[in-house]
Amino acid sequence: MGQVLTIAWKDLRSELRTKESINAAAAFSMVILVLFSFVLDIAGDSREFAGGLLWLVFAFAGALVLNRSFAREQPNDCLDALVASPLPGWALFLGKAIANFALLAIVEAVALPVFGILFNANWLRFPGWIALTCALATWGMTVIGTMFSALTVNLRLRELMLPVLVYPMLIPVLMAAMKLTTSMLTGEGVTADDWVWVKLLIGFDIIFTSLSLALIDVILVS
Amino acid sequence: MRNKILVAVALLSGLYLIRNLYYILLVLPDEAAQGAIYRILYFHLPGWITSFTAYFCAAVASIWYLVKRDQRADEFAVAFTEVGVIFTMLGLATGMVWARIIWGVWWVWDPRLTWAFVCWLTYMGYLMLRGTIDEPGQRARIASVVSLFAFVSVVITYKSIDWWRTQHPGAVLSFRTGEQRIDPAMENMLFHNMVALVAFAGVLMMLRLGQERMQRELDALRRQAHSL
Repeated sequence: MGQVLTIAWKDLRSELRTKESINAAAAFSMVILVLFSFVLDIAGDSREFAGGLLWLVFAFAGALVLNRSFAREQPNDCLDALVASPLPGWALFLGKAIANFALLAIVEAVALPVFGILFNANWLRFPGWIALTCALATWGMTVIGTMFSALTVNLRLRELMLPVLVYPMLIPVLMAAMKLTTSMLTGEGVTADDWVWVKLLIGFDIIFTSLSLALIDVILVS
Repeated sequence: MRNKILVAVALLSGLYLIRNLYYILLVLPDEAAQGAIYRILYFHLPGWITSFTAYFCAAVASIWYLVKRDQRADEFAVAFTEVGVIFTMLGLATGMVWARIIWGVWWVWDPRLTWAFVCWLTYMGYLMLRGTIDEPGQRARIASVVSLFAFVSVVITYKSIDWWRTQHPGAVLSFRTGEQRIDPAMENMLFHNMVALVAFAGVLMMLRLGQERMQRELDALRRQAHSL
């Protein structure tokens, strides 16, 4: 576990010093919000679609952070050094995933209030559920994003292949998060009907985290 | 010898399909609520079962590759996946035609249809990914991991008719529902067509496997020629 935290702390420190992807992600999420405002009538009742928009913003902005995760190790062959170090593959993956999770949480913490103000959405009606949904869905996005960042790190057409592979994989988690957020915004809260989505999120996180931990060595050791 | 068996199975599955078509179109009666169009069920459901079977085999082949690092496993995985994608398209297309007649629209975004579509997108991504990697070892490694990730969407699609109650009808086969919700003659016919389609898919798979092997041989020869 010490190794995991070392990697996570290393990634966080290097990101917080340069602020490369986190600034880009926060700025990009604002750009998407502005673009949405042209398409939709926000003067009326925005509660029906605000949940969906929120997760689109997170997915697009989050991808900027996640895509860089392994790519940033390429200059100076840092990735080879990491793989050659006595660190097991799963610890490397988990450390990076934890760092990415923290970064995404920062982006979300910035985007949520701005989104609430611009689109007139009240996030504080069910604070516990919002926090739980964000945590579960963000972890799901992080695991898939980090894994596919590792998968495609050495590919010729990396930038082209990543979105084609990552977004379909993310659809289950995004769909569940959108449904839950919409239920919270429209005032009913999470009802018995919505439990299937909560279970889907939990199942998704467990399955993909275990798959990634089991398979990461195959990807890293070439 | 292998080719002869292949031709024989292809002929048999073709004849079987023709025999099934005769029963579907001329012997079995119209369904009480939907009339004649219900017959598309005999291709819709077996089409999906065939594609799920193909994806399952692709996932098994991928595990086989990861464990044994055997290039043949990778050949099987790609052949199964391509056939699976074809039958997913058959399932989507028949479903859309059916929806147009019964629901009045080609497509609705209900969870069951959405998962099926996601499943198709995921495997298309897998096939595209394979096209972008030149080195066979790396391609097989990355593709088998993606195939295992993609298989989760197949499981969700298969279970989606149980998990969500939506416009798309739920399970009909008695081993899924635990009771006889469909007329035994119709259910029987579904199984007949399932066997015919799976046999046909097997032939397609073997053809694709042959092509993949030849491609690999060609690549090896080309590399050899370059090194001379």
